[in-house]
Amino acid sequence: MLTIQDLQGNRKQANRERLMRKLFGLAAILSIAISLLILYVLVDGAINFMVSIDWDWSLFRDTGWFPRRERFDLQTIITGSIIMGTVAMFVAVPFGLGTAIYLSEYASRRVRSVVKPVIEVLAGIPSVIVGFFALKVIAPDFVDPIFDPTTSRNMLVAGLGIGILVIPIMASLSEDALSAVPGSLREASYGVGAKRVTTVTKVVIPAAVSGLVAAFIISVSRAIGETMVATMAGGFDGSGPYTGWNVLKPGLTMTAAMTNAAGGTDAVKAGPAFDVLFFVGLLLFLITLGLNSIGAVFVNRVRQKY
Amino acid sequence: MALMTPGKAGQTAGEITAAQLTTSKRDVAGIVMLVALLFTLISTLLILFVLIGRVVRDAMPVVTGEGTAFLTNTIGSNPATTGIWPGLYGSFFIGVGVVVLTIPIGVGAAIYLEEYAKPNFVTNFLLVNIRNLAGVPSVIYGVLGLIIFVGWLKPITGGSSVISAALTMAVLVLPIVIITAMEAIRSVPEGLRDAGFGVGSSRWEVTRDHVLPYAAPGILTGVVLSLARALGEAAPLIMLGAVTGLLPSPSLDGRFTAIPMLIYNWSGRPDVPGEEIGWTNAAAAAGLVLLLLVLTFNAFAIYLRNRFEKTRVGQ
Repeated sequence: MLTIQDLQGNRKQANRERLMRKLFGLAAILSIAISLLILYVLVDGAINFMVSIDWDWSLFRDTGWFPRRERFDLQTIITGSIIMGTVAMFVAVPFGLGTAIYLSEYASRRVRSVVKPVIEVLAGIPSVIVGFFALKVIAPDFVDPIFDPTTSRNMLVAGLGIGILVIPIMASLSEDALSAVPGSLREASYGVGAKRVTTVTKVVIPAAVSGLVAAFIISVSRAIGETMVATMAGGFDGSGPYTGWNVLKPGLTMTAAMTNAAGGTDAVKAGPAFDVLFFVGLLLFLITLGLNSIGAVFVNRVRQKY
Repeated sequence: MALMTPGKAGQTAGEITAAQLTTSKRDVAGIVMLVALLFTLISTLLILFVLIGRVVRDAMPVVTGEGTAFLTNTIGSNPATTGIWPGLYGSFFIGVGVVVLTIPIGVGAAIYLEEYAKPNFVTNFLLVNIRNLAGVPSVIYGVLGLIIFVGWLKPITGGSSVISAALTMAVLVLPIVIITAMEAIRSVPEGLRDAGFGVGSSRWEVTRDHVLPYAAPGILTGVVLSLARALGEAAPLIMLGAVTGLLPSPSLDGRFTAIPMLIYNWSGRPDVPGEEIGWTNAAAAAGLVLLLLVLTFNAFAIYLRNRFEKTRVGQ
């Protein structure tokens, strides 16, 4: 006869169950530890930096980025990040969004089954190779002959390269947003006699707008966090004066300021010139975290709607 | 909208509707839209092909001139004879470290979150945290590795070494592995679990014998994609202090480099005019090696996922 003990299982089984549960729980909690360590490392380093330079706001309203002379002009790196990010989004939004609309609303199943993997391959291209492409192709073959900049490494070249890296992210997030729109909305639109272009622009895109905004915000976050292209093609080597808003001038992003401090030609392994990378890292971390969080709010809004 | 236009006097409603439905007016807006969309799509594909094409073209002098010696030579100061052996060595062990570390930890965390955790505040916090970690720029993981693995754990890792780089890259891709493994586990039909519980299996037994085998291809896809990402990342390597100079005998706990670091460094060196093989060619050849590695892994992962999705249709 089946007893209650049989249903409860044996002690060995129960012990092993408890052990596995603890082990898996530990693996999950490790992710919290990683977040805390990132935060600790950045905050600790940033405080060291602020103490060692005798924190004073005027240091940040200087006219250039000269780590060795303890001149840290936040204006330089923020302007650089904004300009290169903006150029990147001018590339990523039309090409990413256009590709997404085509794949979601126009493409036949066969076209999609070919094009989607190709876009995924583009998403897998390492940023250092896009950096190479920016230096050796975008600059000499496109930007130099058309705009004739003073230096062939400048913010436009780097921004275009970052844009190429962001296209597949923008495309795949936008496509997710568009395909989340229920087919019944499209059918209702066709049912009252609307053409496909009207259906896409007046029904599908307005319905997907939360998801598209999320795609845009997350893409901006990626563009700002992109490091290699900005370091290789931005043209700002270690230190230099504030170059203003001219897109054809060299510029420094927050990310490139960090790689320069750690391993560029100007690297000094100690002191404020090195510690500044933690301060900039904390700033970058907070900006991308903020953007990603806003993006997540919009994504959740889509989930609740459909 | 079109149906609202008033017809001429004398027409019946049926005639108006028929005329509207069989209109011969060109759909100008529709054509413009389609052309614009096709333009963006083709441009995107074209960028990809030009990029790969240029890397291959610039790499050709090295492929024909130096051949496989490029893979086995050590790093030199002459672009015509330099090789990537120390980079291959570093990238290989970074890849091994990432796979060995992320599979148990990433899949373990995913099992906990999907199979064990109750939907409460703590679980939700864990999920939000993992998603946020996936969005942290790679250069910041480099800072983490620089302090924790290169600094604090120097006695174990040997400072700026392949071990530190592998640990850093594993931490960097861990959130991606967890998220893809969770998706794979979520796709396992509930009936499989219920059948296991019904015959008296514990949760771990159900997970081990039914859930994991079913989710394995999906989990593997995530691991392979993460591996490709880890091999291509260069920013953390700069932060960790990967070297670009001479490195005659690479070791696990000594000074190290990896292929992306070589591409970064060689791309920035000037070419001597008239030279058969310049630094551009050497950088492109190293880029070609990296592209082959990364794209093979990516293609394999995409193939695996598509096959996995196809076989599950109808269940």
